[in-house]
Amino acid sequence: MTLLINGKPCELEARTLADVVAHFNLNERIIVIEHNLDIISRELYGETPVADGDKIEIVHFVGGG
Amino acid sequence: MTDLLTIGSYTFTSRLLLGTGKFSDLDIQQQAVDASETEVLTFAVRRLNLDNPDNPNFLERLDLRKYTLLPNTAGAQTAEEAVRIARLAKASGLCDMIKVEVIGDMRTLLPDPIGTLKATEMLVKEGFTVLTYTSDDPLLARRLVEAGAAAVMPAASPIGSGLGLLNPHYLTFILEECAGKVPVIVDAGIGSPADAAEAMELGADAVLLNTAVAGAQNPILMAEAMKLGVLAGRKGYLAGRIAKKRYANASSPMEMLIE
Repeated sequence: MTLLINGKPCELEARTLADVVAHFNLNERIIVIEHNLDIISRELYGETPVADGDKIEIVHFVGGG
Repeated sequence: MTDLLTIGSYTFTSRLLLGTGKFSDLDIQQQAVDASETEVLTFAVRRLNLDNPDNPNFLERLDLRKYTLLPNTAGAQTAEEAVRIARLAKASGLCDMIKVEVIGDMRTLLPDPIGTLKATEMLVKEGFTVLTYTSDDPLLARRLVEAGAAAVMPAASPIGSGLGLLNPHYLTFILEECAGKVPVIVDAGIGSPADAAEAMELGADAVLLNTAVAGAQNPILMAEAMKLGVLAGRKGYLAGRIAKKRYANASSPMEMLIE
């Protein structure tokens, strides 16, 4: 399947957001995910199904003023 | 003497808020943060680089029990973009403070006043503790207070310019507008400890700076200097300076001169 993650098409097999997080090895990271413009809380990653063409933003905190 | 800074439901001992951008080395950055004795650190929200997700990240190394996080909406050019970034930041579960920053011009990085006010209104309604980056406009400051901002943060001069306080006179108007309502935090454009002290001496409640420390030849020493500048300015303000006089006024007695 193809997911549009952070603006780029990514080929990966995933049923839920938890699979996406595991794919990129982000389980221990401080991140926030927006799935088709909805913010999904961490507890719900495992119950949030993803489908071909979904838009996903994975964001984090970086240095800034 | 306890002299606390209150922002919304938060109280702080330090009156120096520190940005976390543009540091070249994370160890030096941590030492600079320690030297500044700041309690509030700002951050930006960005996409994770999935080609290199393991890049070292300053926030993930921090002892988060010691600091209050102040994420910003930098990158937003509309109120809607700022709200989206603010919601993402809050969803981290790490903070409910947000620095609203809606930029209207990419060369000067001056805030868009309409978008800034709108974003402040929207985020206050959503329950955020909103600290708003604004220009030196006293009437916009008034509108931000009316909109429920928890702090008004006028720029001393353009972001990252190091030009110091370009409009101290209007800053005093903003201080009068906000007196007894919300704190005024001079944000952006501070270049030196003297600039920080000047803002505090005028009566600003706090100073937020980043480039002045991150870009200094010795960021750790500059962080300490800024801490002291803010403290000196604050104490000077509380102590009440003398009036300026046109001519000299001798400090030694003019009587009983030896003849």
